[in-house]
Amino acid sequence: MNVIEMQDIWKTYADGTHALRGVSVRIDRNEFVYLVGPSGAGKSTFMKLIYREEVPSKGQISVNGFNIGKLKPRKIPYVRRNIGVIFQDFRLLPKLTVFENVAFAMEAIEAPRRVIKRRTMEVLELVGLKHKHASLPAQLSGGEQQRVAIARAIVNNPSVIVADEPTGNLDPETSLGIMNLLEEINFRGSTIVMATHNKDIVNSMRKRVIAIENGNIVRDEARGEYGYEA
Amino acid sequence: MKLSTILRHMREGAKNIIRNGWMSFASMSSMFISLFILGVFLLLALNVNAMADQIESQVQIRVYLQLNVDQAKVTELQNKIGNITEVSNVRFVSKAEGLEILRESLGKENEDLIEGYENEKNPLPDSFTVEVYDPLTIETAVAQIEAVNKADEALPIAKVKYGQGTVEKLFTITNVVRNVGFVVVIGLGITAMFLISNTIKMTIIARRREIGIMKLVGATNSFIRWPFFIEGALIGIISSVLTTVVILVAYSQFVDFTETDLALMMIKLVTFKEAAGMTALLLIGLGTLLGIWGSTISVRKYLKV
Repeated sequence: MNVIEMQDIWKTYADGTHALRGVSVRIDRNEFVYLVGPSGAGKSTFMKLIYREEVPSKGQISVNGFNIGKLKPRKIPYVRRNIGVIFQDFRLLPKLTVFENVAFAMEAIEAPRRVIKRRTMEVLELVGLKHKHASLPAQLSGGEQQRVAIARAIVNNPSVIVADEPTGNLDPETSLGIMNLLEEINFRGSTIVMATHNKDIVNSMRKRVIAIENGNIVRDEARGEYGYEA
Repeated sequence: MKLSTILRHMREGAKNIIRNGWMSFASMSSMFISLFILGVFLLLALNVNAMADQIESQVQIRVYLQLNVDQAKVTELQNKIGNITEVSNVRFVSKAEGLEILRESLGKENEDLIEGYENEKNPLPDSFTVEVYDPLTIETAVAQIEAVNKADEALPIAKVKYGQGTVEKLFTITNVVRNVGFVVVIGLGITAMFLISNTIKMTIIARRREIGIMKLVGATNSFIRWPFFIEGALIGIISSVLTTVVILVAYSQFVDFTETDLALMMIKLVTFKEAAGMTALLLIGLGTLLGIWGSTISVRKYLKV
């Protein structure tokens, strides 16, 4: 079953930039997809369309069976609850503790407090930060902060995880740890779409690779390589 | 909305005040200062208003009788005037009393001017001092008194005086004073509104990232809005209650401290009890509304992501 389906998607921004020019793609349940390509090729737009930060100028996109382009604003939060988003800059709330940052995503869906507590500790354990649940983000290393962000993204068991260069700010060793974590999450049943510039990671994992250049998909291989000079 | 969610919003709203310590402090300070100035002017306006009332109520009608009016007639007239609806009090001033009052108003230096006019030689007529309930009805009362005179064949009343012209001028002045006080208070209220809502806006602009993240994890707009609503209300209530307490404590001290001095000048300040209700209601009500209004308006702007 397709979790994400795009049909002839065009995206033109208000300033006239054509970010995407007729992209069509299908991503199945439980796939792990790398999105590669030069900066400004349209990778970020591709991902923003998935979690409905942007709407397509033309074409159809469905995520988990919802027609994203025609979604009523009222329904957006409910679609996002099934999509976990991870950023290069972590985007944690600096004044909340690690526990609160993760629990927050569950409070937003009005889960019972007991469930929130149990599940939050569970995912913190999964990302290896249970012992730091009371720390503030500023007291953590970059890798640890990204783990918290990942915990937040997966705490509601989303079917899709969208990661925009999650290792972009991290050193190779820490990056490897993050990738192992994402692989584990993928193994547990989530579809993962990850944009990256990291050649080593893509080449060592041998997953599906979609290359975007100038707003078009130029390559889509089941067990692909990075294909650019690092 | 679930009860647990409502409780969560309250908890979150209260926690946010502490988490955003400096920003909350800025909002509260700006609210405290604005409301403080407003409160001071409100008390000032209340007092000016009370003084205007006081001055107006001192307006009296003097009714001078003919020289030959006997005691029985005096009593009859006093009753008749006392029965007029507008009249609150009629006091008989005998000619001897009249002379005494005149002597006092002349002062020690000019006392000799009326020397030799005592007792039998007293040229002054007996009179009444008439007070009315509402100073604005003074002319009606005067007309009624004149009617009483005309009903009597002997025409026992020689003259009715109430400071024609002067009274009207006085009323104009007291009205201007009242209106100026009112406009100043309203103007300060509006200024406070802008100052406070701007400060709150700034604190929320600083948190637009936070709102963006909330939206990303699938929080609904109302879920995001509620803690801000509570936070705004709490900031409003805390700072306005604080302002009210400071102002009223200071005012009661001021009233106590100046009581004797001002009494000598025939000035009576509005008592603490009279001032407290109005001041507390206005300041706390306005503070709470502004807190809520400022935060709700500002959050709405960042919800359209």
